[in-house]
Amino acid sequence: MARFSIIFAALAVAACAAQQALAPAEPPAAPSFDPALVRKGAELAALGDCNTCHTAPGGKPYAGGRALKTPFGTLYGTNITPDPETGIGRWSGAAFRRALREGLDREGRHLYPAFPYEYYTRLSDEDIRALYAYVMTREPVRASPPPHELRFPYNVRALLGAWKALYFRPGVFQPDPRRSAHANRGAYLAESLAHCGACHTPRNALGAEMKEHAFDGGEAEGWHAPALNAANPAPVPWSAQQLFTYLRTGLDAQHAIAAGPMDPVVRNLARVAEEDVRALADYFAALMPGRGQTPEAKADSGGPGAAIYAGACGTCHDRGRDASSGSALPLAFASALALPTSKNLLRITLEGIAPPAGEPGRFMPGFAQALTDAQVKELMRYSRSRFGGGAPPWDDVDEELRKAREDK
Amino acid sequence: MNRRQFLATGGALVVSFSLRAQPKLPGSLAREPLLDSWIRIGADGGITVFTGKAELGQGIKTALIQVAAEELAVEPARIELVTADTARTPDEGYTAGSQSMSESGTAILNAAAEVRAKLVELAAKRFALPPERLSVANGAIRAGDGRSASYGELVTGELLHVKAQPPAARGNPRERAVIGKSLARVDIPAKLTGAPIYVQDLRLPGMVHARTVRPPSHAARLAALRTAAVEKMPGVLKIVRDGSYLAVVAEREYQAVSAMRALAAAARWNKQQENLHSDLQRLPSQLSVLVESEAAAPAWSAEATYRRPYQMHGSIGPSCAVGLYRDGNLTVWTHSQGVYPLRNALAEMLGLPKKRVRCIHMEGSGCYGHNAADDAGADAALAARALPGRPVRVHLMREDEHAWEPYGSAMLTRARARLEGGKIADWHYELWSGSHSSRPGPAGNLAPAWLLEKPFARPPAQQIPQPTGGGDRNAIPLYRFASTRVVHHFLTAMPLRVSALRSLGAYMNVFSIESFMDELAQAARADPVEFRLRHLDDPRAREVIRTAAERFGWAGYRKQRGRGRGFAFARYKNLAAYCAIACEVEVERTSGQVRMLRASAAIDSGEAVNPDGIRNQVEGGILQSLSWTLHEAVSFDASRITSRDWASYPILRFPDVPERIDVEVISRPGAPFLGTGEAAQGPAAAALANAIADATGARLREIPFTAPRVRQALGA
Amino acid sequence: MITLEVNGKPHAVDADPATPLLYVLTDHLQLHGAKYGCGLGQCGACTVLVDGEPVFSCITPISVLQNRRITTLEGLGTSDNPGPVQRAFIAEQAAQCGFCIPGMIVRAQALLSRNPAPTPEEIRAHMSPNLCRCGTHMRIVRAVERAARELKAAK
Repeated sequence: MARFSIIFAALAVAACAAQQALAPAEPPAAPSFDPALVRKGAELAALGDCNTCHTAPGGKPYAGGRALKTPFGTLYGTNITPDPETGIGRWSGAAFRRALREGLDREGRHLYPAFPYEYYTRLSDEDIRALYAYVMTREPVRASPPPHELRFPYNVRALLGAWKALYFRPGVFQPDPRRSAHANRGAYLAESLAHCGACHTPRNALGAEMKEHAFDGGEAEGWHAPALNAANPAPVPWSAQQLFTYLRTGLDAQHAIAAGPMDPVVRNLARVAEEDVRALADYFAALMPGRGQTPEAKADSGGPGAAIYAGACGTCHDRGRDASSGSALPLAFASALALPTSKNLLRITLEGIAPPAGEPGRFMPGFAQALTDAQVKELMRYSRSRFGGGAPPWDDVDEELRKAREDK
Repeated sequence: MNRRQFLATGGALVVSFSLRAQPKLPGSLAREPLLDSWIRIGADGGITVFTGKAELGQGIKTALIQVAAEELAVEPARIELVTADTARTPDEGYTAGSQSMSESGTAILNAAAEVRAKLVELAAKRFALPPERLSVANGAIRAGDGRSASYGELVTGELLHVKAQPPAARGNPRERAVIGKSLARVDIPAKLTGAPIYVQDLRLPGMVHARTVRPPSHAARLAALRTAAVEKMPGVLKIVRDGSYLAVVAEREYQAVSAMRALAAAARWNKQQENLHSDLQRLPSQLSVLVESEAAAPAWSAEATYRRPYQMHGSIGPSCAVGLYRDGNLTVWTHSQGVYPLRNALAEMLGLPKKRVRCIHMEGSGCYGHNAADDAGADAALAARALPGRPVRVHLMREDEHAWEPYGSAMLTRARARLEGGKIADWHYELWSGSHSSRPGPAGNLAPAWLLEKPFARPPAQQIPQPTGGGDRNAIPLYRFASTRVVHHFLTAMPLRVSALRSLGAYMNVFSIESFMDELAQAARADPVEFRLRHLDDPRAREVIRTAAERFGWAGYRKQRGRGRGFAFARYKNLAAYCAIACEVEVERTSGQVRMLRASAAIDSGEAVNPDGIRNQVEGGILQSLSWTLHEAVSFDASRITSRDWASYPILRFPDVPERIDVEVISRPGAPFLGTGEAAQGPAAAALANAIADATGARLREIPFTAPRVRQALGA
Repeated sequence: MITLEVNGKPHAVDADPATPLLYVLTDHLQLHGAKYGCGLGQCGACTVLVDGEPVFSCITPISVLQNRRITTLEGLGTSDNPGPVQRAFIAEQAAQCGFCIPGMIVRAQALLSRNPAPTPEEIRAHMSPNLCRCGTHMRIVRAVERAARELKAAK
């Protein structure tokens, strides 16, 4: 860590020279935007999952305030409604574009890369215009998020200039002329707006993505974001159609049910053009050649975990989807059982899955109160050995269970 | 001679003769005119009141006790009320249609008044005083000189075994002691402390447990079954198989559940293809013109089509029944809405004489119409017959209740109107709906009976005639127009099983009519409340509308961004309670989420026996309708129902609940009881749609108003 | 044999360890407060307290409940002597069919033990696992608020 601090200090001098503030603009009137452009912006905002970080739980959309826990402290999503005082009402289109492209706010200060400008920099001008039209026609909300709570030295914003010099590569997406328009669309979305790698690619100690490990699997808010390449551990290889179904509905009967930070992503993807979700699904399905085995549960080994499984889980999961809700997939198919870490299965087990009001399909009750830590560990051990497809036992259960309990 | 023997030996003839000779007796007295069918008084003064209606959670027991206590001048606590039991109580058909107060309440009110008059007459003779000199209180009749006689002393022999005489004298409605008071519900303390109140709680000595294995779809039939392994499971007593009907009985309840799962896994079914998806307007139908006041083919000012999906009763507790078959007699404890019709259906299904079947009502989870309660009664009958001498309890699993209950019919309506001088001149309304009544009576309306080796065929779809109507309930607007045409396309063969769901077609028709009234008000640039009043001359209708608008603060309403207000009104069945509702909603444009913030309602159900009970029903009606209207649609694929639990059929949860609902009860002392339970559902749905339109400018015409649908309507 | 402590009393139960608690309560112990609603942990009708926390008894096997405190509706009061939360529900007439209410009362009890003065929003959020079909929600929220007030006044 000391070494990084020195690099930071050195680069700070070079790179953190203040950027220019852009002139404040009068908040544009909503009717000044073409409704078709606003509609397009709405879809793009959904593809970008923008509302998730910029909306507090139970709060007004885009008014900010949602806490994002990172290894460096807690960041709060900003208010991007067109409120002139607390939102971005005085941001011109140029200021908005610069924020996405260069990671600078209107006053010229560096933005934390939790705002994934590493991806947004690749957006086309036209898409940025549409996004601007969309956010500037939202309901203005007067609301200031709490200040970020970051540890030193991460709370020194100017040092972000150094970070950017090391890791940030601005530049618009360049389509590959050898690929089809559909394939380029998938690549464009995945590598820009949808910012999939922001969670699914591992990061280094300074929070920068390890590009040589693209889509090897990363972490987001205490959850593991599975590998989206050949390292994907799904027992049944993902077909493009299955991936499409999953991204669209949050549920694929042979793989997974969306939970944790992926839950809002699929909710947003339910709202965009089907073709765009297909493009994303095709892009990633091509990156995940599977091993093609039919998963099978091992024989029940008995013991305390078996009784817990039978009484708490088997009621739904042993019968599969047909008998019951849309969500009870047989665990031998479940990706969460095959991951290198227990954290996702732990979090799903403790907190369950609660879809938004009125949305059918995904549901699971949580067991945080019903099961003691010792019982949760028994259940993890039993489930991994019976349904994990021969993967080794998890060695991180104690640590991850502690973290999961603390996060609640 | 007991009451049943009386009926069996020609009493019915006497009744019909007496009916011809005299004016019609009020309420259910017309069906059961003997006073002691309703009220009996023991020598110890104990008063027992009988009703053929059942407590469904609507608070009917409390209200009926109040009515009896009022007229008999006793404390409500002194009255024992016996509800629906084919061996003990009058036959009042179904507890449905918000008719318990108008039928049973009216019967008990008049019977009690007549009993009291008879007692006063007897006491007057005994004391040799004119009746006016006597006072009645606390179950006794007193003379001014200190002499008194209790009811128990006065009632002798066959005093009450006589037919009621119309019109029975009634107490002065201005001097009510018990009626009109919000008496605390008599059933609530036991329910809130875990006393065994529900049929689900019934545990008889020696009782065993059954679970059914329903086919995976309605059309599937059993092809093969291996039972050997299941028979050896712990506690298993019997596998009941009759054709494609399948159930298992075990000593312990969870043993039955485990055996049922194993049995389901061991069964193979022939899956006959069904086509459940259908365009309602292409289904076979019978057309009836309900109103045709003048032929006109004008240039319409507005036209709109509204849609409603199949929707579920969705009782929180799946249906349950306990059966006992002993010495050729069957007893079934059931939460059916109609013990007599179920008794008849079970007798037919089992080939037993009716007199060998007894159905006793016990409370269940709220049913909201014809849910699987009767089916569970049939399950209990079949399992009990297979295991004579032991009480067998059948509890449906959640998936069986969801997938097999009869749904509220999908419907489509089309409204057209022409405005002239700010008023509606011509009104044309058409509706397409399946049946809203496929209850037993016939055994063919019990799902288990379809599966038997010798199956019972479903009887042809039934219409409920006007003026109450089924799918066409409330299809005729109460408003006055120069010309009106209303047409009902009765769909005779629905792809999904359908029957009565609370308020039947009124929910959809009121939603359509009251949405369209707002669309027309907008076209006429009129205030929606004032526009309704322009077309109404019924003073009680006008009063509930004005009252709801006032309570809501309609006149001084200040609209905030993202919010809007909506109004709606109907008189249920055009002959029961009047109800008007105003509500305010907030629509989150980006997500498409709709939240009802508050609602104000006014209701006039005639003389209010228990105002808080009425408020409870109206609040509940609004919230249930909010759930239907925002969230609910039965889902299915080509062959089977896919709404099989609360994850696949989501309903209202607490975070969606408004901040406030207030209900004003307009009581009309002395006026007939009109019934309350289904008055609010239609107006609540339309008020919601109208408020969304006010908030956003977007008109939602297809139920449910899910977030994606709202976003689509907003073009967001 | 598994020994369960229910409402302060030990009960030796002869049942498969995987048996959900709900069936043991209703079938073995004749306690009917907890209701079967879905068997899937979706509706809350079966809610009981385990070590003071609300749990779906329909999906909690008895094997995990040894040496833990189980409280059912019956443990909160009786028909003749209802507990404070039950009294508040009765006072507000917060029931229609009443089938969901036992689960509501038990879940509310858990909230009030932890948070003696919840806001209406906190009550709504806390109660959201429990379904009511009659539409008694307004009264249920009011009853929880009343119970909070009366518990505070009694202190």
